[in-house]
Amino acid sequence: MNPYIPHTERDIEAMLRAVGLPDVEALFSDIPEEVRRRFRPLGLPPRDEIWVSRYIAGLAERSTGRRLIPFLGAGLYDHYVPPLVGHILARSEFYTAYTPYQAEISQGTLTWMFEFQTMVCELTGLEVANASMYDGATALSEAVYMARRATGGSTVLVPKSLHPHVREVLATYAWAAGLRLVDVPYDEAGQIQLGEIPADTCALIVQEPNFFGVIEDLSGLKERLGKAFLIVYVNPIALGVLEPPGKFGADVVVGEGQVLGLPLSFGGPLLGLFATRMEHLRRMPGRISGRTVDAEGKEGYVMALQTREQHIRREEATSNICTNSALCALAATVYLGALGPEGLRRIALLSMERAHALAARVFALPGFRPAFRGPFLYEFAVACADAQASVERLRRHGIAVAGPALLRKCGVDNAFLVAVTEKRTPEELELFVRALAGKE
Amino acid sequence: MPTLYDRGQKGRRALALPELTQPEEDLLRHIPEAMRRKSPPRLPEVSQPELVRHYTALSRLNYGVDTGFYPLGSCTMKYNPKLHEDLARLPGFTQLHPLLPEEEVQGALAVLWELSEYLKGIAGLPGVSLQPAAGAHGELTGMFLIKRYFEDRGELPRRHKILLPDSAHGTNPASAAMAGFRVVALPSDRRGLVDLEALKRNLDEEVAGIMLTVPNTLGLFEEDILEITRLVHEAGGLCYFDGANLNAFLGRARPGDMGADIFHFNLHKTFSTPHGGGGPGAGPIAVSAPLLPYLPVPEIVKEGETFRLNYDKPKTIGRVHPYFGNFLVMVRALAYILTLGDAGMREVSAAAVLAANYLRVRLKGTYKLPYDRLCKHEFVLSGEGLAEGIRTLDIAKRLIDYGFHPPTIYFPLIVREALMIEPTETEPKEVLDAFVEAMLKIAEEARTQPELLKGAPQRAPVKRLDEARAARQPVLRYPFPEG
Repeated sequence: MNPYIPHTERDIEAMLRAVGLPDVEALFSDIPEEVRRRFRPLGLPPRDEIWVSRYIAGLAERSTGRRLIPFLGAGLYDHYVPPLVGHILARSEFYTAYTPYQAEISQGTLTWMFEFQTMVCELTGLEVANASMYDGATALSEAVYMARRATGGSTVLVPKSLHPHVREVLATYAWAAGLRLVDVPYDEAGQIQLGEIPADTCALIVQEPNFFGVIEDLSGLKERLGKAFLIVYVNPIALGVLEPPGKFGADVVVGEGQVLGLPLSFGGPLLGLFATRMEHLRRMPGRISGRTVDAEGKEGYVMALQTREQHIRREEATSNICTNSALCALAATVYLGALGPEGLRRIALLSMERAHALAARVFALPGFRPAFRGPFLYEFAVACADAQASVERLRRHGIAVAGPALLRKCGVDNAFLVAVTEKRTPEELELFVRALAGKE
Repeated sequence: MPTLYDRGQKGRRALALPELTQPEEDLLRHIPEAMRRKSPPRLPEVSQPELVRHYTALSRLNYGVDTGFYPLGSCTMKYNPKLHEDLARLPGFTQLHPLLPEEEVQGALAVLWELSEYLKGIAGLPGVSLQPAAGAHGELTGMFLIKRYFEDRGELPRRHKILLPDSAHGTNPASAAMAGFRVVALPSDRRGLVDLEALKRNLDEEVAGIMLTVPNTLGLFEEDILEITRLVHEAGGLCYFDGANLNAFLGRARPGDMGADIFHFNLHKTFSTPHGGGGPGAGPIAVSAPLLPYLPVPEIVKEGETFRLNYDKPKTIGRVHPYFGNFLVMVRALAYILTLGDAGMREVSAAAVLAANYLRVRLKGTYKLPYDRLCKHEFVLSGEGLAEGIRTLDIAKRLIDYGFHPPTIYFPLIVREALMIEPTETEPKEVLDAFVEAMLKIAEEARTQPELLKGAPQRAPVKRLDEARAARQPVLRYPFPEG
């Protein structure tokens, strides 16, 4: 018997007797015989724990990429993850529970969700946040669906400076819903150049900072949009030093929360952030924890406003989302709780300090210049004669950056993207400069 | 329960962070004045011991599979092997950036490729995408595929209807609607199965497909499954199978052999990856040959001993995930499949179905069993008629006092006062017996001491919570004191 099944032969006999069946096969007599006959096994023998452990560890070892020093960001960043986050996440009362349908025995989950929602509101400057989406890209796509429902418009203004993979996910969702995506170009600074706004626009998307690392100025955008949504796709670490989009009238703020205490994980699981204004609360997708009282008047938490959700509203629901990224949201809550307001600001500033120090040295090298003049925090695009050759040279020195193919999708030729977090050391910065300069 | 905001003092810190080497103002000058943050976000300020104690205290208010029996129907709350947790934390997986060049991530691509191959075999279907991040996301991806398929064949907008049994999971109609389809509900017949006559009446050239859950949410196998899929295919439609209930036939039958065109897996159900308090899960899909050209990009292909990403699929729906899906969840699922092998998977379905039928026969004399027939991995009772004024909610809350997580309640919608019970294969018979005893005792209490049910739970961190109030007067973030 497989190691996770406790039934002994005696147990099985006793249960079969109670059910009134001769053997286990009889339990499957309702599956058409033809279907059972067609079945083919995988040809896999059962394995012991030591074998499985070695085999999987062998696959983990096989990826050489983790030995490269990550100056590679482009949406996911190598920030320091304090071990305490992992220790909290390893509490199995958290990770072996499911959606808190039974609130009285889920107060742990519902309480941290409430904390998480508060933190997301504080970061974004909005009034209400949900308890997570799958990732930033699908959070953005659902924000656009919400904008369409709220405004009736079907044109979405999408900057060329939006993360190309995020844009591709959005394009899939937009196609299915019959939405039209219209490009918004960027100027020499790398910032959006908003032209005329089509009449049936339901939303303008702005990534902050954008895919090139450039800080966008959100002033005045909402005023130009009128009832159309201003949707801001954020890096939440950047919000430690950037004015919250809510201050500029953003209707929805979404973002990729991986930077809040989650490892890179080959791109998943991630954490979708989603916040909006109170007036749009009943259109918001996702789980929400709300404070209430119990039968004796004691404070407690429940899943609030479930009438928006698929298990109640079915085809009329605001979204189909059910399982989301709860445990990742717990990581973010613990991470932000550990950092506090000063710590969050410090992470952003430390990353900036290192990034600007590196940028100054890179742009002092002959042949390398900023791809954009606009202000940046801790990621910047480097333009040069042969970006691919530079990227390969860096790699030979054990350094990873985001190569030119991604930037080409945004219409930028011959450039690569460099991200610098608080984890990068002066020695690593030195190595970067020497490698780029071609000094062995 | 105090929140983290109720703990700590201004100025406390939980981490020793590096110091800046230049004044803050010099760095902030890089940010245009308008975009510079004026006031910091209000975040808790706590010391590390306070923080750790707070979350340890919160964890103790929770009930997980490691706490006890969690027969939440349709959620497959089976034991989550500890080995997998360690494997998913290997630095060779966690420290890998998804945008690294292919040749630097061969081990991770091997995980994706191997898992895809096994999932194809388990589904009996030729194509897989691992991108969907959850079951509902798999459903949505499936609906996108159906849409693209008919678009490519020039059958849109004519084929705009998706048929759905009235017993379907709520995610099904929501996913179909999100993809722009109109949902048509099919009634269940007296057996609790799809009413074939109703199906035939609704099959016309406007039907894009059907979404079926096999076995259905009553825990019953669609005995006419081959007839159903044949009829839908004859009418030009496609068959979507919701795989939430794969635990019922794992290692014994394949959706591809039943006529499925799209099948989603819930790795966090059938393949034992933890539910995380509501994710992250993973909802890979398997598809039939006609749908292969439309699958999301990139596709992971193997050439010799090398893995590569293929983007050359002109008819693809595009991406549904920015990278490859919930990779660390897949690592766990792969470990599970390798540990079990064919024999172990066959044992899963046997033990899960046996446990469900055992509970069914032991409880059916006392509780109403609307569909009294052989079930698969779960079954649905009704709390109706137990005693005057007693509702299923009361039974559920009383179960908490007996130390059990309640079943799924009020679903499926076609059973009044439903209690949907899924024991899974990982519970010892003693636990199943104890659960039966508790259920029988509760039935008795319902008649003799109804106040015990109405006042339940008594042995939980809080008494029964007022959900209506949370909707009426929403408090959805911490109410900071003024000033």
